[in-house]
Amino acid sequence: MIEIFDKLEAYLRFDFVRNALIVGVLIALCSSLLGVTLVLKRFSFIGDGLSHVAFGAMSVAAVVGLTEQMALVLPVTVACAIILLAGGQRSKLKGDAAIAMISVGALAVGYLLQNVFSTSANVSGDVCSTLFGSTSILTLSKGDVWTCLILSALVLAVFVVFYNKIFAVTFDESFSQATGIRAKAYNLMIAVVIAVIIVLAMNLVGSLLVSALIIFPALSAMRLFKSFRGVVICSAIISVVCALVGILISIVASTPVGSTVVVTDLVVFAVFSIIGSIKR
Amino acid sequence: MALLTVQNVTLGYENTTVVEGLDFEVNSGDYLCIVGENGSGKTTLMKTILHLRPALSGKIFTGEGLKRNEIGYLPQQTEVQRDFPASVFEIVLSGCLNKCGLRPFYNKKEKALARENMEKMGIEHLSGRCYRELSGGQQQRVLLARALCATSKMLLLDEPVAGLDPKATSELYEQIDKLNKEYGITVIMISHDISAAVKYASHILHVSHKPLFFGKTEDYLKSGIRQEFSQGGEGV
Repeated sequence: MIEIFDKLEAYLRFDFVRNALIVGVLIALCSSLLGVTLVLKRFSFIGDGLSHVAFGAMSVAAVVGLTEQMALVLPVTVACAIILLAGGQRSKLKGDAAIAMISVGALAVGYLLQNVFSTSANVSGDVCSTLFGSTSILTLSKGDVWTCLILSALVLAVFVVFYNKIFAVTFDESFSQATGIRAKAYNLMIAVVIAVIIVLAMNLVGSLLVSALIIFPALSAMRLFKSFRGVVICSAIISVVCALVGILISIVASTPVGSTVVVTDLVVFAVFSIIGSIKR
Repeated sequence: MALLTVQNVTLGYENTTVVEGLDFEVNSGDYLCIVGENGSGKTTLMKTILHLRPALSGKIFTGEGLKRNEIGYLPQQTEVQRDFPASVFEIVLSGCLNKCGLRPFYNKKEKALARENMEKMGIEHLSGRCYRELSGGQQQRVLLARALCATSKMLLLDEPVAGLDPKATSELYEQIDKLNKEYGITVIMISHDISAAVKYASHILHVSHKPLFFGKTEDYLKSGIRQEFSQGGEGV
């Protein structure tokens, strides 16, 4: 046991480890907040779809040779989020079909591009690390850390300021609209924030596992808590703790960061489910 | 000037007309029941009054200082709400949101209003309870209290007793009647239950692709349309 702590202490002296922890915690915090809304509005799959879009956009950015990949990935993902969420109710394509189409489409295009135009020798390694985020959290540049800090601060601010409106629109869209709340505008805002969170969270867990980071804490919290505020606060705490624990375990045990964090979330979900069913 | 005026309104979707020639007024203190078969345009009419969808033609306007966002609405329950983790107080308070404007949080006055409306509906003891654990009748009371937070003048109810057992149904009808008689709130209700409609409502609007009847309840009973409707095998 003491060995493990020594090892951790040694690692914590490295800048990249501290950066990873800061960024990991921030990402976990942001992703858990809107998870509740996403789950309740039956939008869980949108998170998954958008993460694939982000993967596709990242491949394009890599092929074109952009140094700041975020500059392309973020706008593309935001645009897709708007199309999926805002157009969802009216469009001819049914919501879930549209999501499935966009997500696998982007995945295919992304992999094709990386394979055909690849500049590196290890294509499958590159693809794997984008999909599962195997190392990116440990190789963050100073710029990445700052981008992440600013975007998370924005997401947090938006969530706190619009908390009551997000609640009302999540619970009952037609009532809010009937009483003069601009529900469509808030849906749009939620979509944009989700896109930002997904692009951020790709750094931590990679694009395939992003939706786990968004959905699991909310689902765990919903097993035990009975008020919206309770669920939101609890899922934020679960998410942050799981990210911390996951990152530390992955450093000590040399496991992939993303999947370790997600498995930690999964364990917490199992525990909460059991407690929830005992209480009932 | 009436509280709500509907003038020669036609409702429908792109190519199909659901109901046409709607012409009626609702005055302050009225209790209007909208009856008719499924698909005759009742819910569409309600959504149009609430600005949730446009009318194909005609005019709907409010008077006596009633603003369009001051109409309380009790929608039919959605799938999302059945397992929503929210406390009763959170939900009732969310009805005050139209008073907040750009202010991000509720103030003391709005919280007091939420409590007052919970008392009116007799659910103050449920304040901290989880919405999804309540019975159907209790849930409807919560949503009614929320609607009361949004309005002090007019309530629109879309089949409020759907899915309730007979006891909860009659309790809810009494509660709505009390809101109308004691607090002077104007009520517009969609109902399948025609015997309750004629018992409580002061006015009846019977629609079936075109308005068959609009007027006082007594006149409706004399008109014989009710019998026709009953024999159609619906609603009684």
